[in-house]
Amino acid sequence: MKISVGLGKEDVVERLEKKGVSRRQFMQYCTAAAVTLGLAPSFGAKIAKAVTSKLRPSVVYLHCAECTGCTEALLRAHEPYIQEILFDTISLDYDETIMAAAGDAAEAALESAVNNPNGFILAVEGGIPTADGGVYGKVSGHTMLDMVTKIAPKAKALINHGTCACFGGIQAAAPNPTGAKSVNVVLKDKGIVGINVPGCPPNPYNFVHTILYYLAEGKAPELDDLQRPVPFFGTTVHDQCPRLKHFEAGEFAPSFNSDEARKGWCLYELGCKGPDTYNNCPTIKFNQVSWPVQAGHPCIGCSEPDFWDTMTPFYEN
Amino acid sequence: MKSNSSGFPVTPQGSKSGRVVVDPISRIEGHLRIEVELKDGKIENAWSSSTLFRGIEIILQGRNPEDAQHFTQRSCGVCTYVHGIASTRAVEDACKVEIPENATLIRNLVMACQYMHDHIVHFYHLCGLDWIDVTGALKADPKKAASIANSISPRKTKAADLKAVQDKLKAFVDSGQLGPFTNAYFLGGHEGYYLSPELNLIGTAHYLEALRLQLLPARAMAIFGGKNPHPQFMQVGGVTCYDALSKENLKQFRELITETKNFIDQVYIPDLLAIAGQYKDWTQYGGCTNFMTFGEFPTKGQEMDTRFFPAGIVMNRDFGDVQAFDPDKIAEHVRYSWYEGDKARHPYNGVTQPKYTDMFGEDRYSWMKAPRYDGKAMETGPLAQVLVAYAKGHPKVKPLVDHVINTLGIKVENLYSTLGRIAARGIETAVIAEHSIDMLNQLEGNLAAGKDQIIENIDMVDQAEGVGFVNAPRGGLSHWIKIKDKKIENFQLVVPSTWSLGPRCANKILSPVEEALIGTPVADAKRPVEILRTVHSFDPCIACGVHVIDSKTNQVHKFEIR
Repeated sequence: MKISVGLGKEDVVERLEKKGVSRRQFMQYCTAAAVTLGLAPSFGAKIAKAVTSKLRPSVVYLHCAECTGCTEALLRAHEPYIQEILFDTISLDYDETIMAAAGDAAEAALESAVNNPNGFILAVEGGIPTADGGVYGKVSGHTMLDMVTKIAPKAKALINHGTCACFGGIQAAAPNPTGAKSVNVVLKDKGIVGINVPGCPPNPYNFVHTILYYLAEGKAPELDDLQRPVPFFGTTVHDQCPRLKHFEAGEFAPSFNSDEARKGWCLYELGCKGPDTYNNCPTIKFNQVSWPVQAGHPCIGCSEPDFWDTMTPFYEN
Repeated sequence: MKSNSSGFPVTPQGSKSGRVVVDPISRIEGHLRIEVELKDGKIENAWSSSTLFRGIEIILQGRNPEDAQHFTQRSCGVCTYVHGIASTRAVEDACKVEIPENATLIRNLVMACQYMHDHIVHFYHLCGLDWIDVTGALKADPKKAASIANSISPRKTKAADLKAVQDKLKAFVDSGQLGPFTNAYFLGGHEGYYLSPELNLIGTAHYLEALRLQLLPARAMAIFGGKNPHPQFMQVGGVTCYDALSKENLKQFRELITETKNFIDQVYIPDLLAIAGQYKDWTQYGGCTNFMTFGEFPTKGQEMDTRFFPAGIVMNRDFGDVQAFDPDKIAEHVRYSWYEGDKARHPYNGVTQPKYTDMFGEDRYSWMKAPRYDGKAMETGPLAQVLVAYAKGHPKVKPLVDHVINTLGIKVENLYSTLGRIAARGIETAVIAEHSIDMLNQLEGNLAAGKDQIIENIDMVDQAEGVGFVNAPRGGLSHWIKIKDKKIENFQLVVPSTWSLGPRCANKILSPVEEALIGTPVADAKRPVEILRTVHSFDPCIACGVHVIDSKTNQVHKFEIR
């Protein structure tokens, strides 16, 4: 079902009905979102209210040491779709990948967004280079280190989007030439702890539903000890894997070019890191169609801290 | 709008002289700063500066060669997959493995999805707002707009649908929360924007539609690739995606790429021609001199001479003389980059000692090195690919190029320009969309004939060198690996955006983007949309372009080319 509540917030339900989406369908969607988050179905009403509030909540999105893959993943959001998130649900007031403004005009947009009297939610993509005063990453002449430390204390909430922001990511892999750190480590002295939504990339579903929860409830969903939302990161990939039965039966693919691989047997002996990885890839899938193990490839553990060092070699267990 | 003797609009030009800095350049991948010197409202000089360094190549040292694809793929999540395939090709070259025909086809299909996705998003979401004034769409007559839309495309457009977009847009603007359009150069009017209100409305409607449409080629990629971005379905020797080969999955893949192809043919290309038709003055600015392409879509392994798009080098715009690509002619310069030293070296014999000075002086100014071919700065990417194919009389490319230049009433020479670069990207996309259907037919034919192998088991070599050449959506990409004791001894990436957007070389030859910016008029120095137009026409992808250093040891990395 396509839910688009329109660019303007008056008479949302009436306008949805005009588009052939009944109040019942809309509430079903919100209720489904609530159930996903491990909440009572009645919580759907709160989500419905949050996504149709007249003033769209402001979001500032900073790009640090990253590859923009998390943003690309977010663009693949599905129910709600990205154009609905961007134009109906939130006000994305700073994001270098999408915003029309550049240069001074972009800087001015950032300045006014972080001083918005109604506050803003801060999302950060990428690790923070800290070596040599942070000179390895700059935006408009400011180090990323400076930007994050100055902006984060003003935010109502902080969401670290992707493994780089959550745990330092690939640039923090040994020997970490730029001294890259996670956002929470950089902000430790300030007592700020962001919600971690890891993955390389994270499933857009997990980021979007974390935001929806925050908008509805004004706080983070239940988090694990790595600050990851339990509804998405509470179970290992292994325990949700459709190939688990082969693992339990001792049926392993010995090589990629084998009858066992063709039959979809367990990839553990080819290096699968599913048993050590907490994420919901097997149930939510990517792009509505697949996920790495379904594509015959072992899990590489991409939502775990330091996986570039602790989960490699990727093809050995 | 005034016209000149060629019938092109006269580009508005201000009168300001002095330096103008645009930092950050938005709507790109990565972190880029552009500085120009204006004289009487025209760009006289330009400097392109990359402002992020990550160090992925050094992180690779000592690791397993098979793992490289996952690391390098994280160079970029926008042009995702291309580094994965380049690394895999490099290791396969080192191991001398021949991959099954189906593996080549499936990798090609994933690459085709990447091209279609990347170019559609570039046209509408990354560069579109340089040409389309979203608020200008509010002045459009939806009926007139629908009739224009119906005259340029076989796809039926209803006035009521465009009116609905206009109403939504009005409510959005009236809300006072402009979100991604905050502080856009076009707000309040800008004389550099002269698209008609109706085309602004059509463009805005398709900006929104394309946000939804782009899910489809990404989903198609994920059928084989497991996910997008960062597909995870390759291993040295082939591909692993047995599940994707079911009839139902191939049927869904066909539906997704067919719907994408229809959008390309019936929306993207007509929009491109209509919008370009009102900005023909932009065929006069932004051109470069030399062109380089590696070709793509091989039928056998990665062999360059089996590629659907041919590889080639063109110097001084002499397309009568397309030369063969010779990797020995590459040298990387650091004289104006934040590294020690002045000498140009072959990339695999390079010295990389970091020496950060400042954001800008007259001296070193970028984390990118400056690659040169035979001493020359080379444009790589869609324009190079399309022009080389055109020069060689490519049966799919030539008619489409002719269609574009005839429709616009321009000459082939006009394609050496900002507008030509954007047009070439569209041509490339349309040709690839058609070719993807052919490749899918071939794959299905193989499977129906019982030829279903998709991967070879390999043994990692103890010691070897290998190279992987890819023509990515942004141009020529190569990965170079040296293996010792079955581990990575050295790894180098030479990427399209370093070629296009690096700094000057030791001989003070400007990079393609710097060369392209010179001579461009700027109407309003405080809102220099003209700079964005030319920079965006290269589709910058900066995270890929940043070289390795070891800041702790200043270790010298050597790599001999074969």
